[in-house]
Amino acid sequence: MAMRGRAHKLGHHVDTDVIIPARYLVTTDPAELAKHCFEDLDPTLCTRIAPGDVIVAGENFGQGSSREHAPIAIKGLGVACIVAISFARIFYRNAFNLGLPIVECPEAYEQVRDGHELEVDLESGRVRNLTTGEVYAGRPLPEFMRRLVGAGGIVGYVRATLQGRDVSAKRGG
Amino acid sequence: MSMTLTEKILAAHADTASVRPGDLVDCRVDFAFANDITAPLAIQEFRKMGVERVFDPDRVAFVFDHYVPNKDIASAQQCQITRDFVRAHDLPHFYDIGRSGIAHVLLAEEGFVLPGDVFVGADSHTCNHGALGAFATGVGSSDLAAAMALGRLWLRVPETVRYVFRGRLRPWVTGKDLVLTIIGDIGVDGARYGAMEFAGEALAQLTMDERFSITNMAVEAGAKNGIMEPDDAALEWVRPRARRPYTVYRSDPDARYADVRTYDVGGLEPVVATPFSPGNVLPVREAGQVQVDQCFIGTCTNGRIEDLRMAARVLAGHKVHRHTRLLVIPASPAIYRQALEEGLIQVFMDAGAAVSTSTCGPCIGGHMGVLAQGEVCVSTSSRNFVGRMGHRESRVYLANAGVAAAAAVLGRLAHPDEVAPAPGPA
Ligand code: SF4
Repeated sequence: MAMRGRAHKLGHHVDTDVIIPARYLVTTDPAELAKHCFEDLDPTLCTRIAPGDVIVAGENFGQGSSREHAPIAIKGLGVACIVAISFARIFYRNAFNLGLPIVECPEAYEQVRDGHELEVDLESGRVRNLTTGEVYAGRPLPEFMRRLVGAGGIVGYVRATLQGRDVSAKRGG
Repeated sequence: MSMTLTEKILAAHADTASVRPGDLVDCRVDFAFANDITAPLAIQEFRKMGVERVFDPDRVAFVFDHYVPNKDIASAQQCQITRDFVRAHDLPHFYDIGRSGIAHVLLAEEGFVLPGDVFVGADSHTCNHGALGAFATGVGSSDLAAAMALGRLWLRVPETVRYVFRGRLRPWVTGKDLVLTIIGDIGVDGARYGAMEFAGEALAQLTMDERFSITNMAVEAGAKNGIMEPDDAALEWVRPRARRPYTVYRSDPDARYADVRTYDVGGLEPVVATPFSPGNVLPVREAGQVQVDQCFIGTCTNGRIEDLRMAARVLAGHKVHRHTRLLVIPASPAIYRQALEEGLIQVFMDAGAAVSTSTCGPCIGGHMGVLAQGEVCVSTSSRNFVGRMGHRESRVYLANAGVAAAAAVLGRLAHPDEVAPAPGPA
């Protein structure tokens, strides 16, 4: 699964409070949440992000609250993928559960500048910088996460489990 | 194979003899809950899963704590989704305003979380319950929906780091100061994906209330869970409350840890975390002159009876500074009631504080004490991110209840010593 888009670069430890401030957690509507996405980080950022764009961030993206409104708001902006050095634990699970593609690629964070065109391969974790021609090796998608994505996220996983299909976890996956 | 406390609980719930860090396990869930903000999404995903009933109505709770009493029409609509679901499924454990408190405090008090449990909640501070020797972790709404549907959840077994506290705490130094000190050391992602196991003789000196503030903030270091072996004090706390039988697990003496870090707590002072990260930690005496507009004593981290007692000790006979406001929110109705009986509420009101019904209050900046541009708040909560309690240019300092109360009296950041005599030995 490869995605192409223009990069928007953010820093380290982007927390869920700046992704979507709690004062807006009175709806679950993606379009409504998207209007306030990243508002406290940079009030105009959400207007500069176009559908298909890629967010590039540093360490621990999505730290803080468990609010699934955060990945929903980012999806609502039409963001194709988030490339970061690392993700906070709950955000990592939420992104997979909701089908928001995320890739861990430290080198991309070092090299990518705002506006670079990127091509991201989710499974291999490889990020190709179409502006500079560089290729960055990220972390391949863990086997279990691949199966979860294949099953259609957590909703598909639960449906399959209830129907007795084997999507079970394995040691060291 | 020798295992840590966390590994033993996960192995038992995956019906396997042993697990090791990195394993993916499909675990039985003993209890699952969501709050008024996360429940509507969980209900929506639950419906998409095509499931008729929750796995066990006795092991699911909904607790309204964030935007109750409903702050506007939109939040009322959100709550209505959950109220309707509860009615349709005839779910017994539903806490609406009046009977409700902050989920993490209330559910432990009500005996829903027990030693040895796998306890999941659609709220990041679910790790709070590790103080009882449970594996407790926060998840998103979709994962919670999966747990509600299956009574199971897939989990990656975390590496455990053991934090050992030695020595005797000085007056005014609390569990909150210990956990902030650790986060200051290891950083806000220093325990990412991992388990934080707290131990040592200094831990045994802490009240249960203080222990909860420590495990509560494990998520602020990025951890999956914080946990403590239940000692006699913990088991005494649990026994009268427990609604089910439970199992006490302990780490094997030769369990493997990713790291062991020892803290001599005798030299610690009350600390603050300065804006905008719980990892910016320094002793309050070194924080300089900071004028304070609002102080807030409450939350799942520090809205318990011990916190209120400490605040009252500082506030007794004093008035809140005329350019500062103080909000006090007991974390649950039981705590509120006890504070009334002990005369603490009287002390707060005499000092000029506003005391409010048990909710999260201004902790997430949605209602009840939202900060204006440029305002400063000293809060006993757990997060001080940009915009957390209001305007993006407001600033939050995290501290223990004694520090917050002292700041309220003096109108500036202060050590409690400046206002009240130090408490005697416990
Ligand atoms: S008190 Fe604050 S941190 Fe605790 S559950 Fe409520 S909003 Fe979250």
